[in-house]
Amino acid sequence: MIDQLPAIIVLAPLIGAMITGLAGPGDHRVCFPVVLCSLSIALVAAIAAAVQVFTTGTIDYFVGGWEEPLGIGIHLRIDALNAFLLVVIGIVALLVSFFSFRRVGDRNTEKTPHFYVLFQLLCLGVFGITIAGDAFNLFVLVEVSSLTSYALIAMGSSRRGSHAAFNYLLMGTTGASFYLLGVGYLYLKTGTLNMQGIHEVLANNTTVAQSPAVTIAFIFILVGIWIKMAFFPLYGWLPNAYSYAPSSSACLLAPLMTKVSVYVMIRAMLGVFGAEWVFVHLGWSRLVVLLAVVAILAGSLLALQQREIKKMLCYLIVAEVGYMVGGAWLADENHWGLTGALYHILADAMMTLCLFVAAGIFSKRLGATRIDQLEGFFRHTPLTAAGFTVGALAMIGVPPTCGFFSKFYLIRGGIESGHWEFVIALLLSSIVNAILFFRIFEIGFFGKSPPEGHGQHSSFPAPKSELAHATGTTLLPLVVSAILVVLLGVFNGQVVSLIRIAFENLPAVTSGLP
Amino acid sequence: MSEFIENQISPYFNFWIYVILMMIGLWAVIAKRNLIKKLIGLSIFQTAIILFYVSIGVKEGATIPILDHHGPAHHEETEEKADHGKPAPGHVAQNGAHHEHGETHDDPHHGGKHHAIDPDTMANPLPHVLMLTAIVVGVSTLGVALAISQMIYKEFGTLEEDEILEKLKTEPLHD
Amino acid sequence: MVTKLTATIAVLFTGGLLLYGVSDFPGFGDPHSPANAGVEGGGPSISQYFIEESYGDTKVPNLVTSVLADYRGYDTLFETVVIFAAGMAIFAILRVLEPGQPRPDELHESTRYSDGDHTRIIVGTTCRIIVPLAQLFALYVVAHGHHSPGGGFQGGVILGASFIMLAVAHDLPAALRRFPEKNYLGLACVGVLVYTAFGVACQLLDRNFLDYGVLEKVLFTDGPEMARSHSMLGVEIGVAFTVAAIMFAIYANLSSRGRLHGGL
Repeated sequence: MIDQLPAIIVLAPLIGAMITGLAGPGDHRVCFPVVLCSLSIALVAAIAAAVQVFTTGTIDYFVGGWEEPLGIGIHLRIDALNAFLLVVIGIVALLVSFFSFRRVGDRNTEKTPHFYVLFQLLCLGVFGITIAGDAFNLFVLVEVSSLTSYALIAMGSSRRGSHAAFNYLLMGTTGASFYLLGVGYLYLKTGTLNMQGIHEVLANNTTVAQSPAVTIAFIFILVGIWIKMAFFPLYGWLPNAYSYAPSSSACLLAPLMTKVSVYVMIRAMLGVFGAEWVFVHLGWSRLVVLLAVVAILAGSLLALQQREIKKMLCYLIVAEVGYMVGGAWLADENHWGLTGALYHILADAMMTLCLFVAAGIFSKRLGATRIDQLEGFFRHTPLTAAGFTVGALAMIGVPPTCGFFSKFYLIRGGIESGHWEFVIALLLSSIVNAILFFRIFEIGFFGKSPPEGHGQHSSFPAPKSELAHATGTTLLPLVVSAILVVLLGVFNGQVVSLIRIAFENLPAVTSGLP
Repeated sequence: MSEFIENQISPYFNFWIYVILMMIGLWAVIAKRNLIKKLIGLSIFQTAIILFYVSIGVKEGATIPILDHHGPAHHEETEEKADHGKPAPGHVAQNGAHHEHGETHDDPHHGGKHHAIDPDTMANPLPHVLMLTAIVVGVSTLGVALAISQMIYKEFGTLEEDEILEKLKTEPLHD
Repeated sequence: MVTKLTATIAVLFTGGLLLYGVSDFPGFGDPHSPANAGVEGGGPSISQYFIEESYGDTKVPNLVTSVLADYRGYDTLFETVVIFAAGMAIFAILRVLEPGQPRPDELHESTRYSDGDHTRIIVGTTCRIIVPLAQLFALYVVAHGHHSPGGGFQGGVILGASFIMLAVAHDLPAALRRFPEKNYLGLACVGVLVYTAFGVACQLLDRNFLDYGVLEKVLFTDGPEMARSHSMLGVEIGVAFTVAAIMFAIYANLSSRGRLHGGL
């Protein structure tokens, strides 16, 4: 059993989805237990795999048993780069499934089984992307997760949701096709699709490594992944797609999709092309960090202009992606930039989950989608307010939340590599986040209470008790994610030291800046 | 100029054609205003990528990657003359391909390895496999895209991007 | 106009980059290109392994099928999941589940052949002859995928097309009477489960997922190679189920805008 862990992580949601599809339409009450079961099994397997990676070493799993020669079978790989990410994905998926539980009597329950099928298939896709060790397999799993995400966004009954989903589909498919094109160029020059195999060829054969085809392959793979992670200026699809999606879908998509794409970029940079090829041969560190700086500033400034809560959070995601891409391309000697980026993937997933769940509670239970509609609510809903506050403090970068430590590592990497523009952008963005969130705190805590009876903007009467507005299943994810945000910060030392195992064999390349 | 054509274009003319096709498709995705035309552009783009991959596995003078086997019993004979007469089930007969089953085979029941196939005579099967997957993925994406377009048409009454944006500007954001 | 200009510039730039990359490709049709024969510095060539060894490993003459269903079976599983997800997605997006009578214009659509009876007789009768032959051919394509071009996807599409042909010749409710919604959604799930079951069976016998060779104990073959061959057939059948059901599901939902009353 223990050596089948990679397969179990992927199989549990798959079998769960099929069972939901078969039994769900008959009796809707079957869906939720099946989902909980399958995602719990996946989470347990992910934790067990992480434990095994950090005690024994990298897990290499060959589907079909085809191990030699490398590349004839499909290779699944869990190592220090993705072990924590698997656990975080499992936690996010489980928490959002709680959040999405609908009581009898809520509207739109006829398609519940199909929603849960798509939900589990999305989780399957994201798990699969994380453990993939074969370039083409990665493409197929990216398409699984993309298709289900388009459907989850378009499923709601909102007008804007369908248009947003269409734009997302166009851009996402173009991005995946660019990635496929890049893999095609690589296959044509190296003769293998296995990531480790390609790395070997590029490391041993300098003619291939220097050829223009490999450079173009890298560009197209990179641009394809950038489209999927909404890196400036290719972020156009994200704000509309995540704001107008149904709450449960947005809570699942926002923490996962962009972060996993950042992981794919780091894996491509380190595991396929190799740090030396990327930073020494290509040497674009300066250019990409500049783009990242623009992304951070643009995301923060655009967020400042928003009046809607979810749109604001979406632009903050764009800025966070800028942090991660910039951190990964810093090329500092001791790899603090990469460490910061990897740690930030985990931190950002938890922070985004926390904030989106809070926003979901605001809109569903309190009827508030705009910031000014939150007047006075925080005084009456202590738990929701507390959860939102923890998430907000993490975004600003206040210790001991994880947000502070990820900014710390990124700034350290920026200083050591000489990219001062990146450091300044990080600090500016923290200030902008502080302005944003303190404005919300002011309205929420100190604004005037909504009048008794019918509120002016919402159709819900003034709150008498918190639980009248949010049930246990919606509060649980918020509370747990807030606690995890703090825990991830408190234990950052251990987490970071384990992540840095991935850099043991990495050459100390620099970008050549003073 | 003619040197450029001779060195750059003519050995790679197929790749040039595929790149031009891809760019036609990509142009349609960006520039066209009608949603269905954008989808058609996306399809053209994906199809060109599929053609690109399939052309990776082409070998000059090679046949399709299907072995011409009638069964283990036939391999003991010197079969060249015998094989020419029999129509192989489902196999497109290629005269060149018969030479590959040459002379000695290990009895397959011992799980023997089959060394007599010359890889240069069979096309590379891997790109075909990859593109089977890519075609299915493309069809699925197109299906979902058409469903979303139908939903958009139901909501907005039009499939032109600029008209949809007009309608979205004038209505209040959903509450 | 501005968009067309930016599109042209973007496209020319992208095309230029791609063609710059083409400049040192191996020539078209070169049998010793890296993809076909391996490259120095890498491991042994995988496509040469497939051509030389795959018959010995799997006893399947069609190399594409053996690579698709055995060596890269994990990819094929997810390909099936993609098409399943597409069917589920289209159902979730379009399907209108409120119970209700068909609208008058939909009724008109579905009975539009009533005043052209001669059309209906020709199309309907031809269909009655062709559909069973098409389905038989579909089963042949699935089963013969080991020896000729074919396999689960191709056979599944033909099978799905036979139901679509029925819907086009008569009308959608006629096809739905023979293949109701519950059945086709269930069949799609069963197809993927069949594929997964083959893989999980290998895990229960203490080998990796989709390592079919170990199934020789269960399938009573002599040697792991025939077990691989039979498992490939089983897996392709699962794929055919899913693809056929989803093809029809996509048609039913797209052509009737989710109502399943009218149809083209």
